[in-house]
Amino acid sequence: MIAALALIAVITLATAAVAMSLRNLIHSALLLIASWFGIAAFYLWAGAQFVAFAQVLVYVGAVSMVVLFAVLLTRRSRADHVIAPDSLARAVSAVFAGAAVFGVLALAILKTRLAPSTAAAPTATVRDIGTQLMGTHAAALIIMGILLTVALLGAVVIASHDGPESRKDVS
Amino acid sequence: MSPLHLCLLFSSALFCIGLVGALARSNTILVLLGVELMLNAANLNFIAFWRYGPTPSPATGVMFVIFSIAVAAAEAAVGLALIIAVYRHQKSIRLQEANRLKG
Amino acid sequence: MSLSAQYLWLIPALPLLAATIAALAPRSARSLAAGAAILALATSFFISCAALSTALANPATHLTHNFVWFELGNDTVPLGWLLDPLTAFMCTMVTFVGTLIFIFSLGYMHEDANFKQFFCFLSLFAAAMLGLLVANSLLLLFICWELVGLASYLLIGFWFHKPSAAAAAKKAFITTRIGDLGFLLGLLWLYDSAGSLLLYDNGHGVLEATALGALGSAATLCGLTVASAIGLLLFCGAVGKSGQFPLHVWLPDAMEGPTPVSALIHAATMVAAGVFLMARVYPLLTPDALRVIAFIGAITALLGAVIAVAQYDLKRILAFSTVSQLGYMMLAIGVGAPNAAIFHLLTHAFFKALLFLGAGSVIHAAHHEQDIRQLGGLSAKMKLTFATFAIGTMALVGVPLFFSGFWSKEAILHAAHTTTGSHLPFYAALIGVVLTAFYNTRLIAETFFGHGRSHAAEHAHENSAVMTTPLVILAFFAIALGFLGTPAYPWLQARLSGETAVHGHSLLDGVGLMVLSIVLVAVGIGAGFALYGRKLRAKATSPDPLATAAPGLHAFLGARLKFDELYAATFGVLNSFTATAADWFDRYVWGGIVHFLALLGEFSGTVNREADEQGLNGGFDATSEKIRGTGQAYSRVQTGDAHGYLRWIAVSFVVLALVAIFGGVV
Repeated sequence: MIAALALIAVITLATAAVAMSLRNLIHSALLLIASWFGIAAFYLWAGAQFVAFAQVLVYVGAVSMVVLFAVLLTRRSRADHVIAPDSLARAVSAVFAGAAVFGVLALAILKTRLAPSTAAAPTATVRDIGTQLMGTHAAALIIMGILLTVALLGAVVIASHDGPESRKDVS
Repeated sequence: MSPLHLCLLFSSALFCIGLVGALARSNTILVLLGVELMLNAANLNFIAFWRYGPTPSPATGVMFVIFSIAVAAAEAAVGLALIIAVYRHQKSIRLQEANRLKG
Repeated sequence: MSLSAQYLWLIPALPLLAATIAALAPRSARSLAAGAAILALATSFFISCAALSTALANPATHLTHNFVWFELGNDTVPLGWLLDPLTAFMCTMVTFVGTLIFIFSLGYMHEDANFKQFFCFLSLFAAAMLGLLVANSLLLLFICWELVGLASYLLIGFWFHKPSAAAAAKKAFITTRIGDLGFLLGLLWLYDSAGSLLLYDNGHGVLEATALGALGSAATLCGLTVASAIGLLLFCGAVGKSGQFPLHVWLPDAMEGPTPVSALIHAATMVAAGVFLMARVYPLLTPDALRVIAFIGAITALLGAVIAVAQYDLKRILAFSTVSQLGYMMLAIGVGAPNAAIFHLLTHAFFKALLFLGAGSVIHAAHHEQDIRQLGGLSAKMKLTFATFAIGTMALVGVPLFFSGFWSKEAILHAAHTTTGSHLPFYAALIGVVLTAFYNTRLIAETFFGHGRSHAAEHAHENSAVMTTPLVILAFFAIALGFLGTPAYPWLQARLSGETAVHGHSLLDGVGLMVLSIVLVAVGIGAGFALYGRKLRAKATSPDPLATAAPGLHAFLGARLKFDELYAATFGVLNSFTATAADWFDRYVWGGIVHFLALLGEFSGTVNREADEQGLNGGFDATSEKIRGTGQAYSRVQTGDAHGYLRWIAVSFVVLALVAIFGGVV
């Protein structure tokens, strides 16, 4: 169990780290997809199957596509997805900040006595999830629907051509 | 070191990787990907606590994560639309260049 | 017919009405102005005659009519009219002589463009003079006194475009004003001491027993009683108005006015007002005051006569003779004979007016030539003028028996001789008699005898009847009036004193004095004739015999004893010095203070402004700058750099977490 977790963790973390550090955008996106897969694997290991499927469907299926489209739409030339390196100072300060945050979080986690749970692993069947969605969290579901609709419309509006003057700058 | 600790450490590490990526890269798309990673790490946390938490309640964690994924997806879409719109204006996707709001 | 004292105001009111009509009439209404003036004054004459008969019917009483003019809180200011023989005689004389002079002016001023104004001013003068005469209140008298001065100013400066006339008018006004200051002080002191300015007021008046007793007993500085001091102060006014020494300097210059003005104002009436005032307040005058009056009168009499000897201007000789005769009148008052003074005043009015009108006739005929050296030979060309002028001269000189001046001057000499005080005035008067005779003979000889020494004199001819008739009438009175006061039958003096019976003494009493005066007159005439009558002046430029005999003295006398120069050198210089000092004081001290205050104001303003600008504004600005700076500093947090924000969030999270963990919050 723990070994599986460790493996999943290593893979996910590694791909994520590499994804964040590559210069090629497409490669970054692809590696991130792998990372998301890793997270989905974790969900499976933890027993939340539905979530794992949702993760794959949404992130790997949709978000990555959106990202790739955005990358393609925002380059000028074929070679433009290779971006210039960033400044070292920024990278160093970022690493420091990240390390500091991780340090604090790790400290907090390790210092906390978390009582090991002896209860059986919870299960969340699809039926349960469905009942919950339509029952207890019905309002949230509806709101989420609205949110998604608005987000869709908003994204379309923002990304659409503004009118005659914008046609000029899109060369 | 209970499994919970390990899961939490895992999610924290992922979170920090996302943070470092968001902080270090100047490409806006990569920053957004970093943010996605951070959200994913938070989802991991939820599932970890759902699985190993002291009071396992039926499906609250899962529900939350489902909603979180939905929101994250929507946010990614809108963010990328914004990036496209900003790109149209400043012809590049370097985040430093989008500093019109500087005081 | 009788006239109640209540209606006495009509006498001055009618000429005042005529003056108003003439003032409001347009310039072309010459006949209206002149007619109104003459008619008004003539009517006043008839009313004065009625007043005279009333006064003579009520001897030894002072008929008064007093009324309240206005009230000031609890005090009242009363005015009143007084009808007594003095008033009545004076009013009659003034109105009669005035009417004749008005008629003379019709001819004299005929070519003048300001004819209407002339009659307006003449009527104003007549009204003021008559008001002065009928006043029972010294306040009303003073008001009319000043009005008379104003009229005199207006009339002397009538030909104002001549600088000499304007200067003469100013000089007259200012000189009389100096005297009026003393008069006013005397009035105020009198009011303060006696509580009233009414002369006769049923026992409460100033000239009545109670007040006189109080004033006479109260002592003031220099050992004088209050009555003496007040009397001397009132005399100051008379000194100014009647041209006594030392304020005589204005009278000769006043001859710049037209000759009718000289005749009316500066011979017959206005200058006599001072003598009248002294006669009016005679009960108030103490022996101390009277002594001063007598001496001043004597000095003036001598002064006028001496200067007249060396003058060449026709009118100026007559002016100095007026000064001299006024001195005689004051002398008479000073030696205790106010009735003799009034007698001389009345006769003098007639013969001096006659002489002036005669001079006016000569001047008019000779086309305004006034220098006697340029005249001559007019006896043949202007017979009537010559005859009347001669009668006037003989009256002035005091040719005996038939001429009024003899009798009136005799009365004065008699009083001066019999006085208990010093006899110096008497000797001065005697010398004056000789000199008067001398210079008048000179005047007649040079003007009328011989042959004309200039074009004007050769072509002179007699004037029209409108000018010669008044001369004849005045000449008649110059003779007839003398018989009112002969020593044998001093009717006038008796009536003035309020006695019903006339006690004369025979002509043999005091005959020695009469003979002396006749001898002196003869000496004077003889000397004058010898020097000027026999050896008639050949040319206008020939020197005067006296000038060749004593050139320095003659020049000094001709320059009027240099009084004007003396006054200019002393008072004039003092005045201009004071004026300069005052100007300096005003300019630099007060002005300096004002400037200093202004500077202070400016300074405080500048300080305020600086405080406001530097302090407040600066303070506010600095504060605002600070706030803005702070804001700007804070706004630098807004780097616009998203990475930066995120980094800050991360760091802040770390810090907060550490603080929470180790600070014991969590």
